[in-house]
Amino acid sequence: MYRKITMLFLILIGYLIQSTMIRVLPMGGVAPNFLIILTSCFGFMRGKGDGMFIGFISGLIIDILFGGLIGFYALVYMLIGYANGFFARIFYPEDIKLPVVLITSSELVYCFVIYIFRFLIQGKVRFGYYMLHIILPEIVYTIFVTIVIYKVILNINEWLEDIERRNA
Amino acid sequence: MARNRSKRNKINIPSRYVLLALSVICIIMMVLSYATDMMSYAPQAVAGYTVIPFQKAISYAGSWLAGRSESIKELEALRVENAELKETVNDLTIKINDLTTDKYELAQLRQLLSLDERYSDYPTVGARVIGKDAGNWYSTFLIDKGTNDGIKVNMNVMAGTGLVGIVTSVGPNWATVRSIIDDDSNISAMVLNTSDTMIVSGDLELYSNGTIKFTELKDDDNVVEQGDQVVTSQISSKYLPGISIGYIEQINSDSNNLTKSGFITPVVDFEHLDIVLVITQMKQTKE
Repeated sequence: MYRKITMLFLILIGYLIQSTMIRVLPMGGVAPNFLIILTSCFGFMRGKGDGMFIGFISGLIIDILFGGLIGFYALVYMLIGYANGFFARIFYPEDIKLPVVLITSSELVYCFVIYIFRFLIQGKVRFGYYMLHIILPEIVYTIFVTIVIYKVILNINEWLEDIERRNA
Repeated sequence: MARNRSKRNKINIPSRYVLLALSVICIIMMVLSYATDMMSYAPQAVAGYTVIPFQKAISYAGSWLAGRSESIKELEALRVENAELKETVNDLTIKINDLTTDKYELAQLRQLLSLDERYSDYPTVGARVIGKDAGNWYSTFLIDKGTNDGIKVNMNVMAGTGLVGIVTSVGPNWATVRSIIDDDSNISAMVLNTSDTMIVSGDLELYSNGTIKFTELKDDDNVVEQGDQVVTSQISSKYLPGISIGYIEQINSDSNNLTKSGFITPVVDFEHLDIVLVITQMKQTKE
């Protein structure tokens, strides 16, 4: 129960930071993707199930507020969360290399999917431009943010696991 | 112990089945939202009462704080400016007297021409921008007015004197606006002084240079030039006629020698949108 409420709260904060706060930051209009960080982190920290649910809810919020096609982002985020769950077995909290690699790859996959399904379909074939001006900056910011907030997410997760152990 | 075991059993549905089920749900939702408008009411309402209030609060707090810090910094500068402006006011008052006379004359002439459907007469609702698309791929944004304030899908949105975009989805207290620089945006427009029609489409790539593109301009007499004003056309199905879009920046002949294309500089500064006006009058269409 604690976990569910905390998770919803984190997703909400992630979404709000991304859509509201980012407008005042001088980053050339490119924002790091907090929801991917959350989805991916809980994917490899907690396993397929949790990653899947968090991805589903994150995607659904974006779908409802911004997507034309409800379900598209939910599906993409959910699959990313689930895929990250496969790495739960080789995850050690002290090691930051795996999280950075996983989050970066998730971000990359996410960008490719968006490009293919929403831009390539329209005949916008100049992939180089999108790579250079959107995908790369987004990934760089996301890595930077990951290094900063990874510890915070880790602590939240440990705190939740503590509570669950005590209640069990 | 027994309780523990039953709890564990309950959780133990293999996650790949759940994944499959949720994927199917997603696909069903996609099909439903594409084919019908069933998905366009309930989720929007839920979002309106959960996510949007936070977003509004942050947005208001942010602009209040920004306003405060600005005001302290600018106090001194404003004093100097104030003195200058007082002088200018005197000059301008004299000019206004002249212009008022002209204005009455203009009003009379307009009446004679029955040009009373200018867009300054469209009824509008002011709204504040409270969020931007969560991602870097699209140019859509959220505003803080919705069905409760009479806003409907397909209403036109302006900022200052220029066209910003169109309302694409709406909840009780929020609405999403797709701006004209978005990749999905296509508008039927015309050159103001020749009434030649064209299609104006947004492009993510071009907007980083501050332009949007136009295509299919028919200009057989070669009279359209750089700097001509472009407005929404009469034949557009969703946009009201005569709203300013921008000025022609560059114009090229297409290889078919029949049509022309080029780039337009929009009049609206899309980077710094804060207050927008939603036109509550909708384009009359054949039902």
